[in-house]
Amino acid sequence: MSLFTILISTIFVNNFVLSRFLGICPFLGVSNKTETATGMGIAVTFVVTLSSIITYIIQKSVLDKLGLEYLQTIVFILVIAALVQFVEMVMKKTSPTLYSALGVYLPLITTNCIVLGVAILNIQEGYNLIQTIFNAFGASVGFSLALVLMAGIREKFELIDIPEALEGFPIALITAGLMSIAFLGFNGLV
Amino acid sequence: MKLSKVFYNGLIKENPIFVQLIGMCSALAVSTSAKNGLAMGLAVTGVLIGSNFVISLLRKVIPDKIRIPAFVVVIATFVTIVEMFMKAYTQDLYSALGIFIPLIVVNCIILARAEAFASKNGVIPSIVDGLGMGLGYTLALLILGSLREIIGAGSIFGKQLFGPAFEPALIFIMPPGAFILLGILIAIFNTVRKKKAAAEAN
Repeated sequence: MSLFTILISTIFVNNFVLSRFLGICPFLGVSNKTETATGMGIAVTFVVTLSSIITYIIQKSVLDKLGLEYLQTIVFILVIAALVQFVEMVMKKTSPTLYSALGVYLPLITTNCIVLGVAILNIQEGYNLIQTIFNAFGASVGFSLALVLMAGIREKFELIDIPEALEGFPIALITAGLMSIAFLGFNGLV
Repeated sequence: MKLSKVFYNGLIKENPIFVQLIGMCSALAVSTSAKNGLAMGLAVTGVLIGSNFVISLLRKVIPDKIRIPAFVVVIATFVTIVEMFMKAYTQDLYSALGIFIPLIVVNCIILARAEAFASKNGVIPSIVDGLGMGLGYTLALLILGSLREIIGAGSIFGKQLFGPAFEPALIFIMPPGAFILLGILIAIFNTVRKKKAAAEAN
């Protein structure tokens, strides 16, 4: 598959949030304001891309060589947790402004299933390192896109009269469903 | 706390999907049919009971500062066991659930129960809590999966329910249907709960 196809596919056609259901928790939890949504999107893009590269190298150079493929889940989640912690520490030292903007989202990312999900999918799909990087980047850009769009819609909710029963989560889910229908329109693009 | 209360708490009162609103990713993704929903629910229940059991045993040994990584390792071990078990005995379910089996590791329900319950309570209550929460999750997935299968394919557990005149609404098997249906279900659950609370207050 060409690199461009991977990007279009992960961002639009098989959007990780709206058609593969990865990263729903932050998608619904952090999408109240466009500003925080953008911050979360950037933090996720950074962590997903970095962790995909590292887990890919570990899989190919350690797990495959030693025949330890069954340890994949345990090793990957530990690598991701350690990486998130490390990124947080480095950011705190080198760029306090970026840290204060993204700091609160970083611990949340460890349990964001998009990070582990993309890392495992890269291996399952048999991508090489370059394809892995594009897949990870596209996946997280798709996540950020969905998150920011959702936040933009949810900001309008404050101004309109929503039936009492649907307030909060239910209306957010139904909105996500309608967005998902819209994204179905990209089917057949690649 | 009485064990029956702990169990009921997980199953209905603090239902992970409808009330606590956690563990959404897998709930939305695998509930395309009643069978898949049930299988995923049971896999999560198995992991939850195992991890709650081990974590409550180790709760006095694990240092407070590194408890989260320790919990994650315990959970990941049980997920790997469930994954290997399903790969060996239920090949078709294993491929239907796909990536969402390893992703049980990052299912918020399991870490949340480890942190909020198993690390503070004894072994027996923790097992019961795992069972209750796990079955609460299974129940939610079974309801969502059955409804999606009935509306979207006109069948339940693979059995056709209606005659050839029934035109299934395919959208409910596809991703948008999951979002919309879960939204409606949570709205119904909320309304019932509010009515009940209001009736108790009077």
